[in-house]
Formats: sequence, structure tokens, C-alpha cells
Amino acid sequence: MTEATAQAEPQPAVRVVRRTWFSVGGAVVVAAGLGVLVAVPWWASEGQARNLVEFFTLLALAQMWNLLAGYAGLVSIGQQAFIGIGAYSLYLLGDDGGVHPFAAVALAGLVAAAISLPTALLAFRLRGGYFAIGTWVIAEVFHLLTINGADIHVDTGGGEGVTILSAARLERTFRAHGTYWWALGVGAGSVLLAYAILRSRLGLALTAIRDDETAAGSLGVGVLRQKVLVYVIAAFGCGLAGAVIYLNLLRVQPDAAFDVNWTAYMIFIVVIGGIGTIEGPIIGTILFFTLQQELSDYGVWYLIVLGGVAVAFAVWVRGGIWGLVSRRFVLELFPVRRRVVYRHGERARAPVSE
Amino acid sequence: MVWVNAVVQGILLGGLYALFATGLSLVFGVMRLVNLAHGDLIVLAGFLGVVFTHDLGWNPLLTLVVIVPLLAALGFVGQLAILNFTLDSGLSPLLATFGLSIIVQNTLLEQFSADQRGLSAGTIETDSIRISNEISLGWFPLTTFLVAVVLLVGLQLVIRWTRLGRALRATSDDRRAAQLVGIDNRVVYAVAMAISLATVAIAGIFLGVRTSFAPTTGPTRLLFAFEAVIIGGLGSLWGTLVGGVALGIAQTVSAQISPGWGVLGGHLFFLAVLLLRPRGLFARADAS
Repeated sequence: MTEATAQAEPQPAVRVVRRTWFSVGGAVVVAAGLGVLVAVPWWASEGQARNLVEFFTLLALAQMWNLLAGYAGLVSIGQQAFIGIGAYSLYLLGDDGGVHPFAAVALAGLVAAAISLPTALLAFRLRGGYFAIGTWVIAEVFHLLTINGADIHVDTGGGEGVTILSAARLERTFRAHGTYWWALGVGAGSVLLAYAILRSRLGLALTAIRDDETAAGSLGVGVLRQKVLVYVIAAFGCGLAGAVIYLNLLRVQPDAAFDVNWTAYMIFIVVIGGIGTIEGPIIGTILFFTLQQELSDYGVWYLIVLGGVAVAFAVWVRGGIWGLVSRRFVLELFPVRRRVVYRHGERARAPVSE
Repeated sequence: MVWVNAVVQGILLGGLYALFATGLSLVFGVMRLVNLAHGDLIVLAGFLGVVFTHDLGWNPLLTLVVIVPLLAALGFVGQLAILNFTLDSGLSPLLATFGLSIIVQNTLLEQFSADQRGLSAGTIETDSIRISNEISLGWFPLTTFLVAVVLLVGLQLVIRWTRLGRALRATSDDRRAAQLVGIDNRVVYAVAMAISLATVAIAGIFLGVRTSFAPTTGPTRLLFAFEAVIIGGLGSLWGTLVGGVALGIAQTVSAQISPGWGVLGGHLFFLAVLLLRPRGLFARADAS
């Protein structure tokens, strides 16, 4: 019966694809690149590996912020809360709880995600710009609670901070390798996670919310629920990244771990690279990281110039660098857009636009 | 008695927070723009005060004659040249003003280093009216509070009764309809930003006389201003004063309980208001 019905139906003349030749080629290059990166501890110097740890954690942070702002429309200026929570979870679990530091990193991500739920309850009472400052206040609350940890009976070491001894006591190369692989996992994982999310049902809902929140809601997208979900995922990612950053640095201080500059870096990377795309944060991180290495001698001038560039991009080049590239060449390294093509392969019309 | 004193000092401190909040609230009301550089601009005004008092030997309160028009002009030009181009999207104004905040903060760091600075206004800083052994009202906090009240009343009158006020309200209610009757919304926005930065100039100088400040203290001023606005209720200038006072009291009373908890207590009070009365203590009925 079902077979007969299926045969009776005419074959649709078009089908929906996302792949392009560029993306298939890109996937091969990405896979090969990952292979090379996994082997870094055996062919690169310790300094290079440490730089890459910094690079991958920045990439993860940028991807998380891009999910929030670029897709869910949530401009958070309080993501440093989850970096700090990740860092201090690593310390508390490792030094006080006796958990192996490498395992504690994973738990730190979960702790950040768990704490982000009640946080969302407060922050989501505010919208738009006020949401942005609200998340910042909440991050400050965690910052000040950490400084005054003794008053709430949590061993945070107060304003001077703590050394993560459980990690510092690990054998040197073992720690360096483990930290590097965690960083690679978090960095590459953040890209793959964003890619997987955007190809899923959640991704479709998010793209709809990004384009028109009211219209998406009227079509049955649970706007608030999807946003909370993204907020929790981003907290998880930032918690993991925070733990890896401090697994590398070994010393945590509240003023540094809860510094709003973390979020400033995420914003610069995403806005300059290209907001609302997966490729944008990757390009942005490469650019940001290279400039930071080259211009670190110039100190505050570097940040002034970066702020100026970010303003210019926010006002006049909204799509960022990747927006400029993909508009000209119709390229997608991570194909998340759906295109309609005829059965025999040629394209029905231009890509279904964002 | 120490508690009564904490409350009294909190009320006076609230005057300063109302000064911080007025400009932020006005700009949001007129063009739905949240200026993330607001706190850094307050600190910028404080540093301009340092330049004039140190180099020219002026009294800080006298420098207002120069700094108020200077910042108003900065606001007018900045709005016309940059921010007006961002208002068609939800993200751009936030990203642009956040970028501006980073620029202002780091330029101040570059020029003035990270040291704490202050402004000295002479004996008014320390003079006070003694009410009892434990309670005394400082002349300067009292002046700050009165300035905040006068500023809010003045602004209220301008918005209620003048041609400019009508244009501001009309643009806030419906930009396109206002354009139809000949109001250029770009100019109205620039005027609103100019007024906002004029209040920022006053806030910066009063901040500088009251306490020391550094280039990195801007964001905290933004948070206080924002908390005062939300606690008081969006869209209400009187609410802003009440919000500032409530925040001030929360901070001084918390600091009385434990010295490290002043600012934190203020934040927690704000979160409690957000949880229990998300539209603020004095939300305007039609503000949604």
C-alpha cells in the first residue's frame, strides 16, 4: 500500500542541498589540518604549543559569543562570568575535591552550564541593550563573590587568587600535552558544535530568530526556550575554555579571570571576522591572534586601534571580513545554508539567502 | 544610630547615581539606544576636570562652564557622524558604543596612566552640618543631591513644555510620524545625545570631587547608572532619582554590615528587584 502510494507520487523536480564543491574540498583540508594539529606536541616547540593553546581557547570563546549574538540575538557582555567560574571550578575540584585536573576541566564546563540556568532566569527579564548590561552586572556579582569567598565559606583565596596546585604538580610534559589536546578539543569542538547546531532543527530555529524574531515566533518557534538553550551551551563552552586557559596559566586571580576584556576580545573577533557565520570567528581569531603577537609592544594603542576597527565594522561593514569574501565569491566552508537544485544537478536559483 | 546614618548617607549617594543615570535614561527613552560608553564618558569628564584644575588652577565646579559645552558638542557630532548610522539594527549600536568605550578607556590609560586621580574643590568637600554625634550631612553630597533634583526637574520641564521637548517625545513615540510633520529625527537624536553628554559632564565632575577615579573605573559607573534606571523603572525620570537613592541606600547599608560588601550588596539588591519587580519600583504604566 505504502509502496503504491510512493510510486504514484511524482518525483519532485528539485531537491535541497547544502554541500558545494568548495565545502567538500574544504572538509578534506580541514580534516588533514586537524591531523597535523593533533600531532603538534611531537613536532612543534613548547612555546608554539602554548601559543596554540591560547589561540584555540580564543577561538572557542569567539564561537560561543557568535552563537549568542550572531544567531540568538543575545549580546552578552558577561561571558567572563563563565570563564571565571570554569577557572575556579577547576581549582576547587582539583585542589579541594581531589579530581584529576584533566577530568576537572570537563566538570568545570558542566558547572558553568548548571550555574547559567538560574542566571538566565534573571538576565532574560531584560532585553537588547539592557540584557547586555544585565549580564555584565551578573558577572560582576560572581567576581565580587569570588573576592569575598571567605564570607560565603568558599575557598577562593580572596582577591590575591590561587595557584592550581593539582595541575602544577603534574609531570611537566604530561601536563603540556594534556593541556594542548584539551585546547585543541575545545577549539575544534566549538567549531564542530556550532556547525552541528546550525544544521539541526535548533539551527533552523535560530536562523529564523536571527532574521525576524516576531515572524519566527508566529511560525511556532519557541523563541525564549531556544535562546535559553543557546545561553546554556555558550556558558558550557566558556566554562570549558576558562578551565583550559587556567590549566595553562596555573594561577587564577579574580580580577583577571572575571575581566570584561575577555568578552571584549570575543566581540572584536566576531565583529571583524564576520558575525552570524561559522567562518567569521575563525578568520577573526587568526587576525586577532596574529595582531596581538605582533603589536603587543604597543600596549594600549593596540586596543585603541582595535576598538576603532570594531566600531567601523559595526557601523559600515556589518558582515565582517567573511561577509565581504562570501558575498563576492559565494563560498561557504561550513555549508549551513540550504539551496534548491534541479534533480539533474544544475542550480534552480541563487542560494536561499540568509 | 549607625544605621540611620548609613541610610542618610545612602540617600545622598543616590543623588550622584541619579546624575550618572539621567543621560543614559534619556537617550534610551528617545532612541532606544543603550550607550555602553556612558560610564567611560563620565570618567573622561572627570579627567578633563583634572586637566583644567591642574593646568589652569580653576576650581573644579568652575570647569563645568567649559566641560559641559565641550561634551555636549562631542555628543552632537558623535551621534551625527557615527551612531545615527547604527540605529537600523539591534546589534550595531551596542557593538559601536562598546568599541567606543574601549577607545575612550584606553586613550585615558595612555594619557593619564592607571593612577587614581581626584579633584579638589576646597573646603566644601569636608564641611558638613552636624545633626547629632553620629550623623552629619556633608555640604558637598547635599549639593550633589540638589543638583540632581534640579537637573531632573529641569529636564522634565523641558520635555513637557518646550518645542524641543515635543520633538523629543514625538520622535520617541513614532519616528516616521514625526518625520511626516517635519521633524528631522537625526537632528533630534543628536540633540538628545548632546543633552545626555552635558549631564555626563556634570556627573563626571561631581564624581571627581566626591571620590578618586581611574581610567578603568568607567564600566562600574555604567553599571550603577543602569541599575538606578532599572530599579526606578524604565521611562520615568523620577523613577531614576528613586532608583539612584534605593541603590545608594543598598550600598551604604551593605557596607555597614561588612566593608567588602558595599558594591556587591547594591548589585544583589538590583537582582532582587529584577526578580521580584522586573519593571522597576516606579514603572510608567505605558512603558513596555
